[in-house]
Amino acid sequence: MLILGRKLLQLAVVFVVVTFFTVFLMSLVPGKPEVVVIPFDTTPGQSLQKQFREDNNLDDPLPIRWAKWAGAFVTGDMGNYYSSSDTEPVSGRVKHNAPTTILLIIYTQVVSLAVAIPLAVVAAYRAGTKTDKALNSMAFGFISMPNFATALLLTYWLGVKLGWVPTQGYTAPSESIPDHLKSMVVPVIALSLGQIAVYMRLLRSDLVATLQEDFILMAKSKGISNRRVLWRHALRPSSLTLLTVAGLNVGTLIGGAVVIEYLLGIPGLGTLVGEAIFSRQYVALQSLVAIIAITFVLLNFLIDYLYTVLDPRIRERAA
Amino acid sequence: MTDPSPPPEPTAPSAAEAAPAPPVSPGEVLLEVTDLRTTFSSPRGPVRAVRGVSLTLRRGRTLGVVGESGSGKSVLSRSIMGLVPSNATRTGSVRFAGTEILNADAKVMRSYWGDQMAMVFQDPMTALNPVLRVEQQITESLHEHIDLTKKQARDTAMQLLESVGIPEPARRLRMYPHELSGGMRQRIMIAIALACGPRLLFADEPTTALDVTVQAQILDLLQTMQQDRQMAMILVTHDLGVVAGRAHDIAVMYAGRIVEQAPAASLFAHMRHPYTEALLRSIPKLEMSKHTRLDAIGGRPPDLVNIPEGCAFAPRCPHAQDRCLTEDPQLVPDPADPDHLYACHFPVHGVLAAATPVTVGAASGADAGASS
Amino acid sequence: MTATTPKARGIEEVPLIVEQIDPELERRKRLPIGAWLAGGWMVLIMGAALLAPVLPLNDPNAEVASIPKLAPGQEGLIFGADGNGRDMFARLIFGARVSLTIAFTAVILALIIGGLLGLLAGYYRNWIGNVLASLFDIMLAIPALVLALALVAVLKGNPAENEGGLSGQVILIIAICIVSIPALARITRANTMAWSKREFVTAAKAQGATSGRILFREILPNVLPAMAYITLLGIAIAIVAEGGLALLGAGVDPPTATWGNMIDAGRQDMDEAPFIMFIPIGAMFITVMALNYLGDVVRTHFDVRESAL
Ligand SMILES: Nc1ncnc2c1ncn2[C@@H]1O[C@H](COP(=O)(O)OP(=O)(O)OP(=O)(O)O)[C@@H](O)[C@H]1O
Ligand code: SF4
Ligand SMILES: [Mg+2]
Repeated sequence: MLILGRKLLQLAVVFVVVTFFTVFLMSLVPGKPEVVVIPFDTTPGQSLQKQFREDNNLDDPLPIRWAKWAGAFVTGDMGNYYSSSDTEPVSGRVKHNAPTTILLIIYTQVVSLAVAIPLAVVAAYRAGTKTDKALNSMAFGFISMPNFATALLLTYWLGVKLGWVPTQGYTAPSESIPDHLKSMVVPVIALSLGQIAVYMRLLRSDLVATLQEDFILMAKSKGISNRRVLWRHALRPSSLTLLTVAGLNVGTLIGGAVVIEYLLGIPGLGTLVGEAIFSRQYVALQSLVAIIAITFVLLNFLIDYLYTVLDPRIRERAA
Repeated sequence: MTDPSPPPEPTAPSAAEAAPAPPVSPGEVLLEVTDLRTTFSSPRGPVRAVRGVSLTLRRGRTLGVVGESGSGKSVLSRSIMGLVPSNATRTGSVRFAGTEILNADAKVMRSYWGDQMAMVFQDPMTALNPVLRVEQQITESLHEHIDLTKKQARDTAMQLLESVGIPEPARRLRMYPHELSGGMRQRIMIAIALACGPRLLFADEPTTALDVTVQAQILDLLQTMQQDRQMAMILVTHDLGVVAGRAHDIAVMYAGRIVEQAPAASLFAHMRHPYTEALLRSIPKLEMSKHTRLDAIGGRPPDLVNIPEGCAFAPRCPHAQDRCLTEDPQLVPDPADPDHLYACHFPVHGVLAAATPVTVGAASGADAGASS
Repeated sequence: MTATTPKARGIEEVPLIVEQIDPELERRKRLPIGAWLAGGWMVLIMGAALLAPVLPLNDPNAEVASIPKLAPGQEGLIFGADGNGRDMFARLIFGARVSLTIAFTAVILALIIGGLLGLLAGYYRNWIGNVLASLFDIMLAIPALVLALALVAVLKGNPAENEGGLSGQVILIIAICIVSIPALARITRANTMAWSKREFVTAAKAQGATSGRILFREILPNVLPAMAYITLLGIAIAIVAEGGLALLGAGVDPPTATWGNMIDAGRQDMDEAPFIMFIPIGAMFITVMALNYLGDVVRTHFDVRESAL
């Protein structure tokens, strides 16, 4: 209970500091933010620029500005997009685009783990053999391939040359499942390759260590199959680091998704971030960064707790 | 210690029939090892951990294998069982119930492991899987070797736990290893090993990692089980006191070889090898035995990559003479007693000082520790 | 035997018990050829980047080909020409100059700042250390690329008004440097903490050595391999980051040649002339792989532990 309380306190501190920073971002803009965001204010008397200053409390000192921003944020008010004459709430587009990004990240994690775990098991089982070395080299290649490069190459090969998948755009699962899956092939592979390599190498080295344990010899001395020894006895005690990294990597994935979505024209949060940067919608940017950071922190908080499911010893210690 | 009720016969009908090895009646030879050698390849060169061991074990008998740390006891028992890492090469012969099993197919070996032969490991802290419940760890070999329903397997597991003296077996089955005491875990390990009713049991220093107070209990439990089930048992230890009164025969190992082998009584009464003598002098007192290694013998065992010419014990032997440095002594029967083998050019005529064997002999009782 | 589990044929014969000898032991003794190849590539590409202005290369921004998208090998242009008829080879080398300058400067600056903070945070296990450590963790809560993007976006401000503002390259260096600091600091801190517990540090303390001396004379040399490892990886990531930022329009402003800008330009012509995109991707891939490989060599050679997640 005490531990949970402390963790929640830490969580709160992280939220405050991170959002404070995102609010502070606006102060980094050279010149007047309202002019940068709305360079061509067509409203009479340039009232939109004035409204921008008011909306975002730019005349308040930073702590007050943060408090007002946070107060609005928790009620779901994420500020506005500003065109030369109009505004549009950020929350609307976020709600519309978030599911796509969430799907993309879930697919990527599932595919990455589903590929990496068996490969790691094989590599650990065959540690030191040609198979192991080949898998290790493959991992090197995967890690060194920037995800946007993979996306571009796959778009060219699967999209332009073979015509199997669309080169641009996205189909929601509600419209057509097969088209949805097709539109996800390139982004998911592009984001997965690097993860697969990281997960595989990590799990392999943990598995190799676990395979030296007495309880593995013990399991083997029962006459059960190697397959069972590997999957039943070795995998779970070896998967803690993998879980941590898989959690931490969601952050990297969100960063990757920004580029990939933008490149492939997938309407997710990444595209919103890209557009916000492109058209200098700082209010939107600030809220998007805050959303992403908060999600990421919450996720890692959850993973801490998932630990106890995987390893009963930790459950004991935490109690 | 609780008096274990007669052990259940969980395997009685199916296991024996399905087993590839033919039945062996009590007193008959179950295990025959001839000139077994195990070599590990290593970056430093070949490590010759077992260098030509021969032994015979009959049903219902216990062989004590004694030697200091690094003498190759564990490698020997694992080599007999076939549980060796990929960098090990084995030569010689291991016949189990008349069948040659050295270098047998992995699949064949798996049908023996857990079913025909089983092992109790040294450290119950590390040899039980920390993330699996006790029940799973016991029943998995049952499921592997015997066709049992989930319920049958569970009942068998309960009976097993009861027979190894664990109260409230139903509750313990649901626990994880870390929730149990060391002695309790070792009992569970024994239950796992006994699950399918093996005919040959290896116990590799089964009490070294345990509290002094439970060591004798565990040893007694193993002895009772071995007698009730008429198993053959190989009891590995670095402590002659542990095998005294518990093993029928004793083999003393040094640098990968048996240097003296005899029925227990004869070995204690007339030990011939200087190493055995030194071992006996250095029997650790039970109250300090947890991590005592036999440093009572001066010097260190030889490097198994470069074993010196002549007798491997020569650098440390008080009786060594020039011949020992050049001529490797062979394991030969004592002219006076053909069951008593030793490998030494200048054997001692050790009828031990009266006090020592008496203490050793008494060590079989659970209360021996307190008195010595 | 009445086995119930399905048997994995194929993998049957190999014993499961893994050798107890450290498999990396032998690898550690001598440098693998891969290390020489990777090192050679880095020397080559860095040398070319440094010497680009004095090498006999075409102007990277001049239209030299008779037609745009000239195929590689024609008119003496070994990598052909891009969509604007500019020499791909010259752009690749001048691009390397900008991309590598950004990556190396940003990460080395981050190493100096982050390494120093990490050393302090790892050595002083009091409130200073704790506050610093929490700060690294909090900064890591914002995905690095997202943070870099946000920084670039705000620092650039309005391009129309940005007269006399920071140049694109400097902005990129600042952004990449800032997002690299917490990762570098964290690893340094973890390693510093591990080494601070060693006997020789305690001994130095007992002899009355000053904290500064202990930190820089006793601990730093031991932490250096870990820092070198993470720096090499960081540079690789920074090179990729420049590419990602360029694709999002947050890179160095065109027409300056950078690898990221070249990829971005090439993807417009993907249908007709994919080589324009493939060439910079290839250069980036090889360079990143070489850096990763060298990092791995450092890691295995000095037995750096990666536990510092
Ligand atoms: N996989 C291996 N590779 C190389 N050498 C090994 C390997 N396994 C064991 N050895 C060596 O074989 C020798 C015998 O080891 P073993 O474990 O059998 O000793 P032991 O008599 O059981 O000692 P202890 O009382 O410490 O358990 C040791 O020198 C050990 O280093
Ligand atoms: S042969 Fe010689 S050295 Fe070896 S044990 Fe006998 S007396 Fe000692
Ligand atoms: Mg041993």
